[in-house]
Amino acid sequence: MYSYFNTILFGYYPYVAFTVFIVGSITRYKYDPYQWKSGSSQILNKKTKSFYIGNVLFHIGILALFFGHFVGLLTPTGVYTKFISLQTKQLMAMVIGGFFGLICFVGMTILVHRRLFIKRIRQNSSFSDIFILLLIYVQLILGLASISVSIDHLDGSAMVALSYWTQGILTFESGASQYILKQHWIFKTHIFLGLTVFLVFPFTRLVHVMSVPIGYLFRTGYQIVRVRGN
Amino acid sequence: MKVRAQIGKVLNLDKCIGCHTCSVTCKNVWTSRTGLEYAWFNNVETKPGIGFPKEWENQEKWNGGWEKTKRGKLVPKMGSKLRVLSKIFANPDLPLIDDYYEPFTYDYGYLQNAPKSTTSPVARPVSVLTGKIMDEIKWGPNWEEILGGEFAKRKKDQNLKQIEEEILGEFENTFMMYLPRLCEHCLNPSCVAVCPSGAIYKREEDGIVLIDQEKCRGWRMCVSGCPYKKIYYNWHTGKSEKCTFCYPRIESGLPTVCSETCVGRIRYLGVLLYDADKIKEASLAEEQELYDAQLDIFLDPFDEVVIESAKQSGIPDNWIDAAQNSPVYKMIKEWEIAFPLHPEYRTMPMVWYIPPLSPIQERATPDTIGYNGIIPDVKSLRIPVQYLANLLTAGDTIPVVNALEKLLAMRAYMRDKVVHRRENKQIAQKVGLSVEQLNDMYRYLAIANYEDRYVIPTSHNEANLNDAFAERSGCGFMMDSADSEIMNIKGSGTRKNLFGGTDLSDK
Repeated sequence: MYSYFNTILFGYYPYVAFTVFIVGSITRYKYDPYQWKSGSSQILNKKTKSFYIGNVLFHIGILALFFGHFVGLLTPTGVYTKFISLQTKQLMAMVIGGFFGLICFVGMTILVHRRLFIKRIRQNSSFSDIFILLLIYVQLILGLASISVSIDHLDGSAMVALSYWTQGILTFESGASQYILKQHWIFKTHIFLGLTVFLVFPFTRLVHVMSVPIGYLFRTGYQIVRVRGN
Repeated sequence: MKVRAQIGKVLNLDKCIGCHTCSVTCKNVWTSRTGLEYAWFNNVETKPGIGFPKEWENQEKWNGGWEKTKRGKLVPKMGSKLRVLSKIFANPDLPLIDDYYEPFTYDYGYLQNAPKSTTSPVARPVSVLTGKIMDEIKWGPNWEEILGGEFAKRKKDQNLKQIEEEILGEFENTFMMYLPRLCEHCLNPSCVAVCPSGAIYKREEDGIVLIDQEKCRGWRMCVSGCPYKKIYYNWHTGKSEKCTFCYPRIESGLPTVCSETCVGRIRYLGVLLYDADKIKEASLAEEQELYDAQLDIFLDPFDEVVIESAKQSGIPDNWIDAAQNSPVYKMIKEWEIAFPLHPEYRTMPMVWYIPPLSPIQERATPDTIGYNGIIPDVKSLRIPVQYLANLLTAGDTIPVVNALEKLLAMRAYMRDKVVHRRENKQIAQKVGLSVEQLNDMYRYLAIANYEDRYVIPTSHNEANLNDAFAERSGCGFMMDSADSEIMNIKGSGTRKNLFGGTDLSDK
C-alpha cells in the first residue's frame, strides 16, 4: 500500500504537475496575457522600509535556493564527483542552502505577516495570492527542517537518491519513484509541495518569474517608437 | 533630418479659472474604476504648493526624469539599466498610495438606513482600500486648493527656490495660480526608458505615449521614472495606466476630453513637426538652454525642404496642412509665449504653458503702477517672474518676461484699438511682433474659437493597420479580458476565469 501511494505521488503526480505547468502557462500567456503580471502591492504600503527588507531578502533567498536545487538535483553524480566528494557536496548543500534558506525565511516572515495582518493588503489579496505565499512558506520551513534530517546522512546517500529520482523523472525512467521509497517524510512532503508549486504555477502570480526582464539590459538605447502598421 | 509629427498641446494659464472641469470629465471617462479611483490623468493644482502626488517636483526624492552624467551621457535619474533592474523586487523610488491619498467614498446607505435620531444622519467617509470608516481624511487630490493648508507645508514647493522668503510669508503679497497637469507625451520619455518589459511606447504617427496593457508586467518602474508622476499603478489590476491623450478621439480629429470640456477655453491642440534626429543632442543641452534646444527641433511647416522630407517620412498631406494651421505652433514657435513644464527633467515635454499674468503688486510702487514705457512693468506683477521661470524655463527669467510683455502688449494694443480707436504700432514694435501678429494673438487667446483652438487632422488608420479587413466589426480600442477587467462591472454576474480574469463566455 505504501509503495502504491509512493508510485502515485512520486511516479505519476510529477507528470500531472508538469503537464499542467506547461500547458497552463502557455494557455495563460497566449489567451489571457492581460493577467500575466507580478501583481505588486507595494503601492498599498504605509511605509516602504519593512516591505523593502522583506521582499529583497525573500527574492534573493528564493532565487539562490531555486538555482541551488536546479544545479544540485540535475547535475549527474558522475560529473561532480570528479571535482568534489559526495560528503563535501552534502555539506555545501546544507550550509549554502541553510544560509539562503534563513535569509528567505526572515524575508518571508515579514511578507506573510504583511499579507495576513496589514488590513489594506489582506483586503486586496486574492485567494491565490495568500495560498501561494503560504504554500511557499511551508515549503521553505520543510526545506530548513530537512537539514536536521540530513545531519544523519552526511555521506550524501539521501541527496544522491533524491537526484536519481529527479533525473529519473525527467528522463521518463519507469519506476523512478522507487529511488525515494524509503526517504524521510520531510523530504517527501517537501517534494510533494514542490511539485504542487509547479501545478498551481499558471494560476498564480508566480508567472511573473517567467517574465524576468533580462532583455531590458540588452535593449539598444532607451526609447521605443512603435512605427506605423505595427 | 527625420521629420516626425506630434499632436502638441498648449494651456493658456492666463485664463485658467481652476474649475476642475477637465479633471472631472477625464475621470468620468478614464479612471472611474476600482484600482484607479485615486488616479487623475488630468489634475489641477494650486501653485505654490507641493502638488499631487506630494512633492512630485522633488526629483531628489522620487528620482524621475533624466540626468546628464559628468561624462556627458544621458541616463535615467533612477540609474542605469542594471540599477533600474536592481530595484525590481522593491522599488525605493515608488510613491505610495498615501502620497496620492487614500481613496474613499461615502457611506451613503446610512442616510437611508439610519434609525430615528434628533440630528440628521451623516454619510461618513469609507476607505475604498479597506472598506472601513475613515475617522479623518488627511489628504486628497486637491488638498491645497486655493492655498488651502499651512504655509509651512506649501513652502516645500520646489519652484520657490531663489525667491525671498519674506515675500512669500507676507499675507498681502501672497500669490497663486492654477496648474492643470496631464501626461506630457514627451519626445524623450523617461517612463519608456525605464520600463523593463518594453510595454511603453511612443507612437510614430502622432507622438502619443501609451502602455501596452498586455505587455505590462507591473514592475512599476515607470511610476518612478516619470518626473511628472503621470503614470499610475492600478492596484486592482496590477498594471500601470496613464493618460492616453484620448487617442480614439484624436484619431477621429476630435480634441481630448479635457480640452473639449475646458470651460475657460484655455487648451489648444495642433500638429508640431520636429526633427527626431536632433532629440538626443537637444536633451543634452545645458539646463537653462533646454528650452531653446527644444524650440530648435521644431520644424517650420512652411519650409519647402521640411515639407519634402515630411512627405518622404510618410507624413500625410492633411497633417502637413494641419501643421501650417497649428495654433500650438504659433504660440510655441512664432510668438514664443508658451513654455515647457520643467524642461530641466530633460524629457522634452509636449504639453506647453503660457504663463499667467497676475494683478499688479501695488506695494512695489506705492502710488503709481510701474510702467515700462507704455506697457506695465512685468516685474510689478504679483506672481514673481522667478517662480514662473522655475516652473517653465529651468529658472531663466528672460523668455518668461518677454512672453508676459507680449501678453501685456496685446492687451494695451487692443485697448487702444477698441477704446481709443487708434492703432498703436509702437506697442507691437516694442515687443518685437507685427500688428498682424498682435491681432492674431487676440483672435487665438481672447476669442479662442473652437476651430482655432483645435486643428486636429484625422489619422490614416487604413495606413497604420496591417490588415484592415481583419479589423471589421471589431470593438474599437477594447481588448478581450482586459476589457471586462477594466470595466470591472461589479455584481453583473461575471465569473472569474481560471487565471483570475473575467470569463469571456459571459460577455
